[in-house]
Amino acid sequence: MAQMTMIQAITDAMRTELKKDENVLVFGEDVGQNGGVFRATEGLQQEFGEDRVFDTPLAESGIGGLAIGLGLTGFRPVMEIQFFGFLFEVIDSIAGQMGRMRFRTGGKLHSPVTIRSPFGGGVKTPEMHADSLEGLMAQTPGVKVVIPSTPYDAKGLLISAIRDNDPVVFLEHMKLYRSFREEVPEEEYTIEIGKADVKREGKDISIIAYGAMVHASLKAAEELEKEGISAEVIDLRTISPLDIETIIASVEKTGRAIVVQEAQKQAGIAANVVAEITERAILHLEAPVLRVAAADTVYPFAAAEDTWLPDHKDIVEKAKQVYNF
Amino acid sequence: MKLNTIETVESQFETFQILSEDGEIVNKKAMPDLSDEQLQELMRRMVYTRIWDQRAISLSRQGRLGFYAPVAGQEASMLGSQFALDKEDWILPGYRDIPQIVFHGFPLYQAFLWSRGHFQGGQFPDGLNILFPQIIIGAQIIQAAGVGLGLKKKGKKNVVITYTGDGGSSQGDFYEGINFAGAYQAQTIFVVQNNRFAISVPVEKQSAAKTIAQKAVAAGIEGIQVDGMDVLAVYAATKQARERALNGEGPTLIETLTYRFGPHTMAGDDPTRYRTKDLDNEWEKKDPLVRFRKFLEKKGLWTEEQETEVVEKAKEDIKAAIKKADSAPKQKVTDLIGIMFEELPYNLREQMEEYKAKESK
Repeated sequence: MAQMTMIQAITDAMRTELKKDENVLVFGEDVGQNGGVFRATEGLQQEFGEDRVFDTPLAESGIGGLAIGLGLTGFRPVMEIQFFGFLFEVIDSIAGQMGRMRFRTGGKLHSPVTIRSPFGGGVKTPEMHADSLEGLMAQTPGVKVVIPSTPYDAKGLLISAIRDNDPVVFLEHMKLYRSFREEVPEEEYTIEIGKADVKREGKDISIIAYGAMVHASLKAAEELEKEGISAEVIDLRTISPLDIETIIASVEKTGRAIVVQEAQKQAGIAANVVAEITERAILHLEAPVLRVAAADTVYPFAAAEDTWLPDHKDIVEKAKQVYNF
Repeated sequence: MKLNTIETVESQFETFQILSEDGEIVNKKAMPDLSDEQLQELMRRMVYTRIWDQRAISLSRQGRLGFYAPVAGQEASMLGSQFALDKEDWILPGYRDIPQIVFHGFPLYQAFLWSRGHFQGGQFPDGLNILFPQIIIGAQIIQAAGVGLGLKKKGKKNVVITYTGDGGSSQGDFYEGINFAGAYQAQTIFVVQNNRFAISVPVEKQSAAKTIAQKAVAAGIEGIQVDGMDVLAVYAATKQARERALNGEGPTLIETLTYRFGPHTMAGDDPTRYRTKDLDNEWEKKDPLVRFRKFLEKKGLWTEEQETEVVEKAKEDIKAAIKKADSAPKQKVTDLIGIMFEELPYNLREQMEEYKAKESK
């Protein structure tokens, strides 16, 4: 076991897979010699060579096409989009192509591609860096979307994503890259995609979150505890497909729920979680399921992040509203 | 300082031709090394495709085929280039490029199923290196850069060829694809079939560039403009591009000057709205079948009898293929769910059960 930050755990997962499977290729803008703009691929080109870990021209769409073509010739591409705000340049390759490869060929061909990309607010990035666009991907049939919140989850989920024979979008929250360390096994291990994790057990209200909002929810749960409210915090870990069983089991136990996301209220996937709960557990609900989300504006100018981004206080407030309904 | 870069560039992209409209060899030096049998086979394939196009248009009108993009006029461009390939080479076709994949080994009945919109139309035979006809114009170009790099990394003595039209050369993915392939010296051949129209928009409205071949300059790769109605020139250009790629000399952009005699697709396009009869007549004189037929007849390699034989064979094959396509089972939602992922996620497992119950009623 070693103490790792999330970024170290991510690097470790790629190193593990590069070592294990010679078909794994890591590529993107500045991921080679430079080791990535966040050092996620630090040392990998030096260790595995330019044939396995390499830079690309500056064109996200081309990177997506490259991944599809390499996938067709027997490779297992791990491509990076430098910031997920640049998704719009490559959305056809992901949603229009990779996600449909198996379907279009009636199962004859597939796209075993992992798309790694940083996103998320709180670090005062320039425009189009921090936007939460996971909702767009979650609406895309044929694509799975994974968002880890801890170093341990990041490693196990990334190894699973790389081994998956269908495309997986793996979103890495920038604020979580180096915000804390955690024990991470040095050997390989996997975490099943599509499985949520109960990060804190509770009996009065379920707080369902993902990404940086998991930590805000845990902080909120501590404050709620002081006021005698026992909150259960569920980290979705995979936002498409949802782990319905874990969500519903928790809601059936607590009878109350809120869904927390950093994305705007009209975006993200909170509405989907609410709909699933309503369809499956309405008779267990003591109150409506409310959402904590950002305002439906464009992602804020850097200096306005603090007032715009949802935080633990918003979660406490919404949880109490549901608790006292 | 005098600015004359454009003229200098354009002068380097003269049209490559071997066979004149009268079927005379005008460029002996470039004449490809093809046996009499191979020359006859090329003619057979072009005649076959012309008949298939006529039948497909008529079957489409009868509602027995769905989406269909006519190919008459483009036989030399399509089949001459495919003829230069090894059977393990990859083809990433656009939506009009069905003849290339059929002569690569894609069964005709599956081409018909693809036209109708049936998932079995995408279930290629094992070992056939093709992709489904690409509907998103340009996507095949970036993917071909990836396949070309993959073949190089695997040390394969194979190339990938991909096709788009004149309109497609305006897409961002077109530039990105040729540029990536150039940066990696990928084993890729890019063919732009310039039939002068993207639906109703003439090529002059796509770009101020006088040739599409010169767009290769932006990627730093070789480009060549070919008479796309001359099957020998198309074959020779592709063959050379293939050899260059396998020698590690990088990708090539081939522009074929061609024409579609029919409409853009069978989905209600009417070319008389945007094309003059004069232009049609001018290009019909360049018909790739007519000039190659003249060439072969002069060599004593082609007779009316042989032609009739091909026509009859094509008609028979098409009849049998349509019959086979008719016997494909009706698609069920459970079939569609079943081909989404290697392992179905929760939501689809649930929906699979729902639809199974529904379908068993």
